[in-house]
Amino acid sequence: MTKAPEKTRVVVGMSGGVDSSVTALLLKQQGYDVVGIFMKNWDDTDENGVCTATEDYEDVSRVAGQIGIPYYAVNFEKEYWDKVFTYFLDEYKAGRTPNPDVVCNKEIKFKAFLEHALALGADYVATGHYARVEHIDGHVRMLRGVDRGKDQTYFLNQLTEAQLSRVMFPLGGLTKSEVRDIARTHQLATANKKDSTGICFIGERNFKEFLSHYLPAQKGEIRTIDGEYKGMHDGLMYYTNGQRQGLGIGGPGGPWFVCGKDLKNNILYVAPENHPALFSEGLTAENVNWINGLPQESLFTCTAKFRYRQPDQPVTVMPQVGGTVKVMFHEPQKAITPGQAVVFYDGDICLGGGTITTVLQKNYFEKLDFVQAVL
Amino acid sequence: MDHIYLDHAATTPVDPAVVEAMLPVYREIFGNPSSIHYFGREARKLIEDAREVLAAEIGATPKEIIFTSGGTESDNAALIGAAHARQALGRHIITTKIEHHAVLHTCEHLEKEGFDVTYLDVDQKGRISLDAFKKALRPDTILVSIMYGNNEVGTLQPIKEIASLLKGTNALFHTDAVQAFGLEAINVRDIGVDLMSITAHKFNGPKGVGFLYIREGVSLETYQHGGEQERKRRAGTHNVPGIVGMAKAVTLVRENREEKKQMMYRLRQRMLNRLTEEGIDFAINGDLENGLAHILNLYFPGTRVEALLSALDLAGVAVSSGSACTAGSVEPSHVLTAMFGSDAPQAKSSLRISFGLYNTEEQVETAARIIAKTVSGWQKPKHSG
Repeated sequence: MTKAPEKTRVVVGMSGGVDSSVTALLLKQQGYDVVGIFMKNWDDTDENGVCTATEDYEDVSRVAGQIGIPYYAVNFEKEYWDKVFTYFLDEYKAGRTPNPDVVCNKEIKFKAFLEHALALGADYVATGHYARVEHIDGHVRMLRGVDRGKDQTYFLNQLTEAQLSRVMFPLGGLTKSEVRDIARTHQLATANKKDSTGICFIGERNFKEFLSHYLPAQKGEIRTIDGEYKGMHDGLMYYTNGQRQGLGIGGPGGPWFVCGKDLKNNILYVAPENHPALFSEGLTAENVNWINGLPQESLFTCTAKFRYRQPDQPVTVMPQVGGTVKVMFHEPQKAITPGQAVVFYDGDICLGGGTITTVLQKNYFEKLDFVQAVL
Repeated sequence: MDHIYLDHAATTPVDPAVVEAMLPVYREIFGNPSSIHYFGREARKLIEDAREVLAAEIGATPKEIIFTSGGTESDNAALIGAAHARQALGRHIITTKIEHHAVLHTCEHLEKEGFDVTYLDVDQKGRISLDAFKKALRPDTILVSIMYGNNEVGTLQPIKEIASLLKGTNALFHTDAVQAFGLEAINVRDIGVDLMSITAHKFNGPKGVGFLYIREGVSLETYQHGGEQERKRRAGTHNVPGIVGMAKAVTLVRENREEKKQMMYRLRQRMLNRLTEEGIDFAINGDLENGLAHILNLYFPGTRVEALLSALDLAGVAVSSGSACTAGSVEPSHVLTAMFGSDAPQAKSSLRISFGLYNTEEQVETAARIIAKTVSGWQKPKHSG
């Protein structure tokens, strides 16, 4: 039997943004015992000794006061550094493009924060993510948010059923504009606050400059896929597959797109638009999480996303032992990027996902044998 | 849910008699004490009467009292004013690692101006060593600032002994008595300080008002410029209702002081007894023998203080720990760090429980039960039996 709302404590992760503000408001309106928590994950004290998290915390304080809920802060700087930022740097060192939001959800918001909330007597935690949780036949599934433009299940692919059983996503059934409207109707202090963009700990700062504080950058050659020298790059970590802007190269045959990195020889490979080297037939992934357990089939078809805000693509999935997976695309795909997440869907249901390790391409890289074997 | 307030070291409720004393001032005596007309004189009389009450309470003369906006201003005025006034004699200052931030951050500011500051260590009970103090003392020491009783763990410092060690030196002696004043009877002549900071809201007076005792003959550089109030020593229109309220609070705190102190000891002991009966693991930070009666700082091994404070608040018990950063998260206490070392678990797992006038034995019982239950969530995981 489920508890009555007023006896159900829901701890809301409040960032000082409009989404989490409305999350708290909706739960309060539904009669839950709501507690707001502001997570301080990054020490961003600036040169004047001003911590920019202060403003966000003040917004949490203001909104919580308007709604009439208690609020607190919790410091996860150490956890964030150890679990998210260290991973972030390690991935760049390994030549991949990390997705810290996925790891932050897995290690901080739905682990450290969840544990913190349970210590406060929480029955559930809630966040302002655009996703839905469905309780069905004793199981818990995660569905896409109704607002397809905002759906955030991509970033939540590492959650387990056990975690989801403790989670509420009150915005999952709403569109972003509905959320803004609710905030404005209730005159929440954050109603017109700009959405945050980019990676949370970098914010509006220059990404290249930020990264250079932590990782040594080594200049190297840019070559075309056919071996022609095109110029110099500033360090492989600054580039990602499919990238066109910021290469600083022109000349005949362009525009040029990043199509691969040779970490050993510090070479960045580029190819002209629509060149086969920009396309791939499949990928392998590791750390694969199946939200509702490993599928029974050794080979099945579903849809997948390889980056956020990309339409789903039909794929054939072959789960492997040890939490890895091979994925073959039904159509060749552009700019598949190691380090990013591949996330699987069955209709609206998010099945889970993993971290892309290798890209399977015909002709240009060495995985050809495998590709043909599968096809 | 009834919320139980056990954070009187942060601030205290205003005594209703203090409110009663202030209301007529708000309603009728609105004059500016600096004005020369009838309305000004009326207000002037009130603040001068108040000054006499405050002076008498600490064994000073009225002209040795200047009104301020509270403890932080008093500390700033004393430290910056003394350092600047005496810098021709030297630029060395001695303080401790466990001062309130109003003193510590002011000292850091003075360091940036070129002053040399020695921050004395404390022992595990939170007390400085007189030997270390003697060693730190130099011919160019111009100012010593050591708090009377610590606001986090309550430990009292050897103020009298320090004052006698300073006899015949160039150093002025300031004590921040913000937390101690009230339950402790303090006579400035007896303890031998030159400067003392006090704020009203720690002893059931109003917020935003305090005073600084400046021994006659000591001159400070003025740091707040403006009108000629307080004999040019502190510019700014007087907070007349606040000053009246503060004087009233002083007259109230003087009555039955020993009885009130005994009540704090009883409440504190009751808390300790009850926690012991509940069988949770804890240790006392500080010094019950030589500490402020209303402060109890306890270490609960295995707990995380941020979660503990939030959980207790949700269960209706208001206590505290260290200080919060501007983004709301609880910083490890600099006092406990000074006592136990920077990696010591005490700094991350301790609570300050501070009692006050309106606490009852029943409240303390209830709070102890809630604290024990909450702490045992960490110390005795549910499935262990």
